[in-house]
Amino acid sequence: MTPTRKKRLMMVLMVAVGVGIATGIFLTAFKDNMMYFKSPSEVSQQNYPVNRSFRLGGMVKESSMRRIPDSLKVQFEVTDFAASVLVEYEGILPDLFREGQGVVTIGKMQNDQLFVAEEVLAKHDENYMPPEAAAALEAAKPKYKNTNKESN
Amino acid sequence: MNRIVKFYHEMGSPPSFYRITRHWLKPMLFLAIVLTLYGLIDGLFFAPTDYQQGDSYRIIFVHVPAAWMSMFIYAIIGIAGIITFVWRMKVAEAVMMACVPIGALFTVITLLTGMLWGKPMWGTYWDWDARMTSELILLFLYIGVMGIYSAYEEDPRKAARLAALVAIIGLVNLPIIRYSVVWWTSIHQGSSISLMGGSNGIKDWDMLRPLLVMALATKFYFIYSMLSRAQSYLLKTESKKQWVKQVIKKELSGDQS
Repeated sequence: MTPTRKKRLMMVLMVAVGVGIATGIFLTAFKDNMMYFKSPSEVSQQNYPVNRSFRLGGMVKESSMRRIPDSLKVQFEVTDFAASVLVEYEGILPDLFREGQGVVTIGKMQNDQLFVAEEVLAKHDENYMPPEAAAALEAAKPKYKNTNKESN
Repeated sequence: MNRIVKFYHEMGSPPSFYRITRHWLKPMLFLAIVLTLYGLIDGLFFAPTDYQQGDSYRIIFVHVPAAWMSMFIYAIIGIAGIITFVWRMKVAEAVMMACVPIGALFTVITLLTGMLWGKPMWGTYWDWDARMTSELILLFLYIGVMGIYSAYEEDPRKAARLAALVAIIGLVNLPIIRYSVVWWTSIHQGSSISLMGGSNGIKDWDMLRPLLVMALATKFYFIYSMLSRAQSYLLKTESKKQWVKQVIKKELSGDQS
């Protein structure tokens, strides 16, 4: 390689490394407060921004969903299996919203106990399968749990 | 070994690059069309429905291959950009600039199909989530590379070097897109399939097959489109050279060899 080419290559590498490091520092610095994303455990420990909208994410707790009569409001609990928070929402829920599924809600804490969501987003996981395969998995579930317990 | 070295050197010279690759266009386009038709028909009509999303998941057969291409093409632009900047190869300049509009197109397709799927499934067209934001930045990078180039269009070689520098800086976005769903709590799901991790998310072969066929089809379309754009780029920027004059003379006399 000729000296000029070597110089240019070094320059390109230095630009790439420099931009990489700068971006890395920027992203680590902003990682925590870029999203204001809180889990139910954090909220139940009073660790949430007051009077400011933030994101609360977790699973919709099984058999926690109920409709409030004479309104479009629904209430359900969002859980991370350690703690859960009661969420109220008025509006149309997305197709994938169901109990036991991941959810991201955006809103404010009205008081210590109640999170009022302006937006509810259903989170999908990366698994795609035909209904028969899902049914087979479901049928095999108790067996999985037992084997897990044994191995623990 | 000698043949490979010879081939490499031939591909580096504009006249032989043009002479060799002009015969590849038709087969590549043919493969792209046949595989796209097969992949779409298989994916939209014959693949089983998803247990949760029903038929809506079928947009994956367009969305995921387009998303892969949007990043794959940018990686090629980055490599061609480094060659352009360091070795000043004309063919690398042509390949780099030929890639840009194709990559931008795939990025737009990715964003649009994702939004169409997001509305019914997540409940929103758009969320300033790490994956979506970084993919949008990728689109801006493509537009930026095009913009820098056209700002210096009167001197294509200088323009290509500047565009290459922008493209190289933008390479930092690729790992961010790839790992955005891991590093941040994101509304976007993780990868169902990856080169290293296999296809953990999609185990059903009837669902996986159309996706892989579409991934292959988009590659062939890319090769076709990129080569034909690179050829016209070379003809345009080298228009005063002897070999271009010969090409034109041949075309006019109707000789197809």
